[in-house]
Amino acid sequence: MKYLDEFRDPVLAKKILAQIKAAVTRPWVIMEICGGQTHSIIRNGIDQVLPPEIELVHGPGCPVCVTPLEIIDKAIAIASRPEVIFTSFGDMLRVPGSEKDLFMVKSEGGDVRTVYSPLEAVTIARENPDKEVVFFAVGFETTAPGNAMAIHQAHEEGITNFSELVSHVLVPPAMEALLSAPQNRVQAYLAAGHVCTIMGWKEYEPIAEKYKVPIVPTGFEPLDILEGILLAVRQLEAGRYEVENQYVRSVRREGNRSAQDLIQEVYEVAPRKWRGIGEIPQSGMRIRKKYAAYDAERKFSVGDIHTAEPELCISGTILQGLKKPPECPAFGKECTPMTPLGATMVSGEGACAAYFKYQRLEV
Amino acid sequence: MCLAIPGKVIKIFDEGGLKMGHIDYSGTVNKACLEYVPEIKEGQYTLVHAGFALSILDEGEAQKSLETWAEMEDIIQMDEPEESPRKPFQS
Ligand code: SF4
Repeated sequence: MKYLDEFRDPVLAKKILAQIKAAVTRPWVIMEICGGQTHSIIRNGIDQVLPPEIELVHGPGCPVCVTPLEIIDKAIAIASRPEVIFTSFGDMLRVPGSEKDLFMVKSEGGDVRTVYSPLEAVTIARENPDKEVVFFAVGFETTAPGNAMAIHQAHEEGITNFSELVSHVLVPPAMEALLSAPQNRVQAYLAAGHVCTIMGWKEYEPIAEKYKVPIVPTGFEPLDILEGILLAVRQLEAGRYEVENQYVRSVRREGNRSAQDLIQEVYEVAPRKWRGIGEIPQSGMRIRKKYAAYDAERKFSVGDIHTAEPELCISGTILQGLKKPPECPAFGKECTPMTPLGATMVSGEGACAAYFKYQRLEV
Repeated sequence: MCLAIPGKVIKIFDEGGLKMGHIDYSGTVNKACLEYVPEIKEGQYTLVHAGFALSILDEGEAQKSLETWAEMEDIIQMDEPEESPRKPFQS
């Protein structure tokens, strides 16, 4: 398929790899932010063919994985109400809450539906005026434009039985939180190419400067990731720390302005809890007052549900790049994709699930 | 979750006041909202995420990347690690 196959060519991959080997003289730790990139790295065995000096650590870039337990519990409380049709992307349904998951709500008779686009949820609301339709708006900057459009469209059409349970997170504040942590090991970032497609990379320039880390917005195919690593290594070796775009076919410095405008119109920046990491200031988005009627947390008064995270799972340290999945005592034993203890095992993009699927049972 | 898939816009139409398109992903055709790529034309490629087109893919830039890589020299011979559970770069 065009734009995919050419970017998976093994002959070109070996050429880029040879350049990486020629460039590297010292050990470096590079974090790929996005779970989609983690998946591609493990699936293609990229980490296994890199020179031993380069260690890839996996970042917190999986919105499913970082959605806090208490939001899952709120989703379950709302979805259990008889008047509600609860809609969500499929990957949220199996994420364990403190007692059950959304699949169990469905099997107990709740009307829980998987949608492919948030606009489908608006259609369901239009077609079911006697029901309350709630969409589980989870995601990074990549997903926010679609979720903003759903609220905007409902507002335009005067649809009042639609709302969103919002748990939107923003990537740059999390990147900064990781860099400023005392135990930080990350020396360069491969930034998430689709987040940057929306937001551009202006926000990354002060971070690169302040923490002296190269930041390379990078795509998802094997050649993209290898080139992202090459650009990062060349900067590290030369002592440079710039934002350098690898994903040139999709990412522009300004990003997608019309998408940014609608995100701004509907949502505002707010503090957000990240599962396994804790609260990060200004790292999320909530619905603006103007659209408060579309805020499911207000509509169903679930604001006072607070849940503590279980101690068992070490996904927090995995999401911060401090540990790898096989270092978790439960990995592949009590915890598998069929019996997930933590969100990093549930989501296909979670590091634990990627390691399990491709049988990386040792570090 | 941030997965976005490249596809070709084969038809542009209006639905409920929104600019929409039929997108062809190598034979599978699906609908996507084109509001965020207002200048897109039929025949162009876009990245689609959760039913929304996020960008117009730049054919020229894609070509340039591929040419740059093709021109790179194979300085070092790669040894394939024997114990690798999967062959690298095979999807
Ligand atoms: S293997 Fe399971 S329990 Fe261990 S960190 Fe991953 S999700 Fe948590």
